[in-house]
Amino acid sequence: MAILEIKNLKKSFGKVEVLKDVSFEMNEGEVVSIIGSSGSGKTTFLRCINFLETADSGKIVCDGDVIFDGKSVKKMNAKEIREKQMKFGFVFQQFNLFPQYDVLTNVTLAPKLLAKERPDFKKNKAAIYAEIEAKALDLLSQAGLSDKINNYPCQLSGGQQQRVAIVRALALEPKIMLFDEPTSALDPELTNEVLKIIKFLADDDMTMIIVTHEMQFAKNISDRIVFMDKGVVAETGTPEEIFGNPKTERLQHFLSNTKL
Amino acid sequence: MIEFLHTISRIIEDLPSVTMTLLGGFGKSIEIFLITLVLSLPLGLVITFGSMSKIKPIKWLFKTFVWIIRGTPLMLQIIVVFYGPGLLWDANALPRLTAVLIAFVINYSAYFSEIYRAGIESIPQGQYEAGQVLGMTKTQVFFKIVLFQVIKRIVPPMGNEIITLVKDTSLARIIAVEEIIMVAQRYISAKALIWPLFYSGAFYLLFCGILTLLFGYIEKKLNYYRG
Repeated sequence: MAILEIKNLKKSFGKVEVLKDVSFEMNEGEVVSIIGSSGSGKTTFLRCINFLETADSGKIVCDGDVIFDGKSVKKMNAKEIREKQMKFGFVFQQFNLFPQYDVLTNVTLAPKLLAKERPDFKKNKAAIYAEIEAKALDLLSQAGLSDKINNYPCQLSGGQQQRVAIVRALALEPKIMLFDEPTSALDPELTNEVLKIIKFLADDDMTMIIVTHEMQFAKNISDRIVFMDKGVVAETGTPEEIFGNPKTERLQHFLSNTKL
Repeated sequence: MIEFLHTISRIIEDLPSVTMTLLGGFGKSIEIFLITLVLSLPLGLVITFGSMSKIKPIKWLFKTFVWIIRGTPLMLQIIVVFYGPGLLWDANALPRLTAVLIAFVINYSAYFSEIYRAGIESIPQGQYEAGQVLGMTKTQVFFKIVLFQVIKRIVPPMGNEIITLVKDTSLARIIAVEEIIMVAQRYISAKALIWPLFYSGAFYLLFCGILTLLFGYIEKKLNYYRG
């Protein structure tokens, strides 16, 4: 069964129709890259999935749960949205680390706040916090950041910041990771260290959607590629199909203007 | 020359008693300063939330309030608070100090609220979104992420405003609250001495100097990170 199923998603900003009827499906463990030129709706699509934007209509089913239904009149309250957002980990183009906290705190802040909602929190506070910290340290060491745990974001390179951001998202054990152009704000030489981590996650069977301009990377890592153009999914297929044998003229045009 | 030396020796002679008297007046100034600060710092935040409200009528209500308070002299506001209730509703006048404090707290909350608003609006949207996607509630995002960054950014303008407050306390004499300027002025009529009035400036200067150092220290403490 598909872990994520999106049907007829539509979203407009004012008069601009950014998403015109997007449907999409993915299975657990699958890695899907979304490519397309700027303004094609890739980022908006990703943001609609985890409610950073609310779609105008359509339906999103995640792991058997209907998390969004444009037809239902009922407006979701903040708590419901929050629960649904927790199914996803989100990595921003601009990292968005919290500048006043060191690396370790950036990773543990949200899990510790969430732990307060656990019924056994008062009784086991010390143990729960120790567990959260141990897990954070473990993830940070896997990301090669063990020696940076007490540094502040401003003391890190862009690549290191983005790795922290990825660890921060992973610490909450999301079902699906969403990456919004994770390397677009990085110098080329820093791109690889971030891509390596994403590759590592892919090998670990993490379900991921990656909006990216790194064609070579998308080709190497993805099980499937979605090409978006002007608010619709213009073409979708395996990397071999998309890059080797593009069917639509729009994709051919896009690829001919993009360096592989 | 002899006259000058004579004046100096009289000043030196009077200095201890004048200092003690002025210190008493300055105590009142500091009292107004501290109470205003403690009350208007949090009240300003409430006004900020009001003027940033998504509900239009609330937003405009608070904006109008800020406009009126910032658009009229504090001196006038003190007079209105003190005499207004009596004139309008035949109510008993408030105690003088209370009237001054009410006017000051309202006035400074309005100014602080605008500084807060500027600080809050300068925080990138990405900080809110990052908190949101990590499952934090709006309250948690504000208090755990945004507020600290706001505080760092508003320390310089707040220092400015708080130092202005020190000197604005002198306006309390308009309804005869015995702060330092009023006490110093009394020497003119009672003893034909004007130098105590000039001397009162030293008290402000010293206190503002201490505040300047304090704000410099806070700024330095918060400088452990950039951004």
